[in-house]
Amino acid sequence: MSALIQDLGFSVIRMIDHFGKITVFAAQIGRAALTPPARVRLFVQEVFNLGVLSLVIICVSGLAVGMVLGLQGYNTLVRFGAEQSLGAVVGLSLIRELGPVLTALLATGRAGSATAAEIGTMVVTEQLDGLRMMSTDPIHYVVMPKALAMIFVMPMLSALFIVCGLGGGYFVGVTLMGLDGGTYMSSLQSAVDFDDDVVSSLLKALIFGLLVGLIATYRGYTCKPTSAGVSSATTSTVVIASVAILIFDYFITALWGV
Amino acid sequence: MLAAAEAATDEAHVRLRDVCMAFEDREVLRRLSCAFPRGKISVILGGSGSGKTTILRVIGGLVHPQSGAITVAGHEIQGLSETEMYTVRQKLGMMFQGGALLDSLTIFDNLAFPLREHTRLREAEIADEVHRQLAAVGLTDVDELLPGQLSGGMIKRAALARAIIRKPEILLVDEPFSGLDPVSVKRIEALLRRINRELQITMLVSSHHIPSTMRMADQVLLLLDGVPIAGRPHDLQKSPDPRVAGFLSEEADDSFDAAELVGRRSE
Amino acid sequence: MHRSAVRDFVVGVFVLIGLGAIAYLSMNVGGFSLRRDEGLVVYAAFDQIGGLKPKAPVVISGVKVGQVHAIVLDKNFRARAQLDLKSELKIPTDTTASIVTSGLLGDRYISLELGGEETYLKPGDDIAMTESAVILERLIGKLIHNTDVEKPK
Repeated sequence: MSALIQDLGFSVIRMIDHFGKITVFAAQIGRAALTPPARVRLFVQEVFNLGVLSLVIICVSGLAVGMVLGLQGYNTLVRFGAEQSLGAVVGLSLIRELGPVLTALLATGRAGSATAAEIGTMVVTEQLDGLRMMSTDPIHYVVMPKALAMIFVMPMLSALFIVCGLGGGYFVGVTLMGLDGGTYMSSLQSAVDFDDDVVSSLLKALIFGLLVGLIATYRGYTCKPTSAGVSSATTSTVVIASVAILIFDYFITALWGV
Repeated sequence: MLAAAEAATDEAHVRLRDVCMAFEDREVLRRLSCAFPRGKISVILGGSGSGKTTILRVIGGLVHPQSGAITVAGHEIQGLSETEMYTVRQKLGMMFQGGALLDSLTIFDNLAFPLREHTRLREAEIADEVHRQLAAVGLTDVDELLPGQLSGGMIKRAALARAIIRKPEILLVDEPFSGLDPVSVKRIEALLRRINRELQITMLVSSHHIPSTMRMADQVLLLLDGVPIAGRPHDLQKSPDPRVAGFLSEEADDSFDAAELVGRRSE
Repeated sequence: MHRSAVRDFVVGVFVLIGLGAIAYLSMNVGGFSLRRDEGLVVYAAFDQIGGLKPKAPVVISGVKVGQVHAIVLDKNFRARAQLDLKSELKIPTDTTASIVTSGLLGDRYISLELGGEETYLKPGDDIAMTESAVILERLIGKLIHNTDVEKPK
């Protein structure tokens, strides 16, 4: 029994230790971002890897989620004679929660794990040590462009997810269920407020991008130099980032609403 | 043997004093003291896990020992921050066991990397320098290839070219002969010796390949169970110490058999 | 570095559609406007605003012409709402501002019924005639009260 408690204690200490290390890591990335040279070419390449290559999964998922929302929303609202508000229901659900959260979770699975694996492999093959020996900071050359690209890309992917979702909801509500298109759009427009909804949605996406970028690069950078280490870095990135996204989602929602 | 090493103290380009290095559970270096003379090829010889790569990594500042002092080209590097190490590393070059080339860049971009990062040379001058180094190591028409498309020996030569492109004073070479056929081994050996001769670069080589070591080393540091034994190759081969003789003959037998078996170029 | 004109172009397109999606959500859906429209600002004081909130629409003949900016309690303890209206509007001085409900249980908004005067409100003026919000509970209470009073006949 006491062994269990000891284990728990050690786990907590280790977790706090990781929090400290990842904060230091984040500070190093921040400092690297402010130091020349600006790695524009690498940044652009990472925007391609993380953003462009995620487009298909984001848009398809957005469309699917929007369609489901449209269907479920319609079926429920029609019982109260309130199907005119479908646009508002679909729009608010997507913009406030599903857009940023689902986009971040999908991006974690695709882009986050790829980033962790790539950096981890560089650790194993001594490429990061090679950079150090050439007097180039691996955080500046490898980590920083990837992390910044993730932060940059996330709000845009989230917006695209939402737009596809709105389209999916429109398709189900208007084309399939026969609602009036104008009603859908006006219900949507009157319910969505720029400051309360759109801004907080983009802010959430930005913060989630920061979380995923930080966790993925950290796990890759600190992975044990074995193939098991790389695999562990990849899976732990997905797990930790996903949980972090959901927890932060609650706190952002609670604080923003104040 | 130790006396021979001490006599070269004045010209010691790299010196370790009482360095202790332990990883999590294993103690790899126990109060190691040694010196590597300027302009010479020193080989750190030992079996797997004896600490030879660790010594190189300590000298390069990639790992920090628990205690001890390390002097590299006049700089005391223990306790230096990573940023301060970058300045010291301007004088160092390292050729890694697996090459450690950036696998997303072409060979040309890999060699040009240190020049683009740290010099103000124009692209045309960089291109000249890169091609010159590639020619010096015998690689042609590899500019546009990625490291994944090269053979093991070609990767090592490209890594060597990259390591010396900034004209370092000291070259750290980690297991240059591992995974190579005997013909490639001789080729790399010849390259290293020529570079040492022409560019007067101090070389620290870690290896467990005895024939090449005996041929090219000016000084050998033999690591047997953590006990360092230094000396010239000739002296070591005639050493009365049974452990030394045992190590040398055991490894030597394996290597000679392999050499006789394979008589063709395989690159 | 590996220069790829195609990849750069694709990234550029991606950023454009990403920013476009953000702009669409902000402006078309969220109602964000870049034009700092110096609209016509007038005030209206009510005894009871019900559930009227800032950003509620101000409507003339069913068409949205502005929104409620802020609601404060004035020195007579009436609720004074600041209305931001389109600058080109001409509101006669005898206009009535009423708080109405959209649907039966919906959100509150302000509806303006224009008067016939030829003088118009200037920026900062108060709308004199206002109708407060109808509170459903009071209405039901009145109904019950009236029914009760009728009983002992």
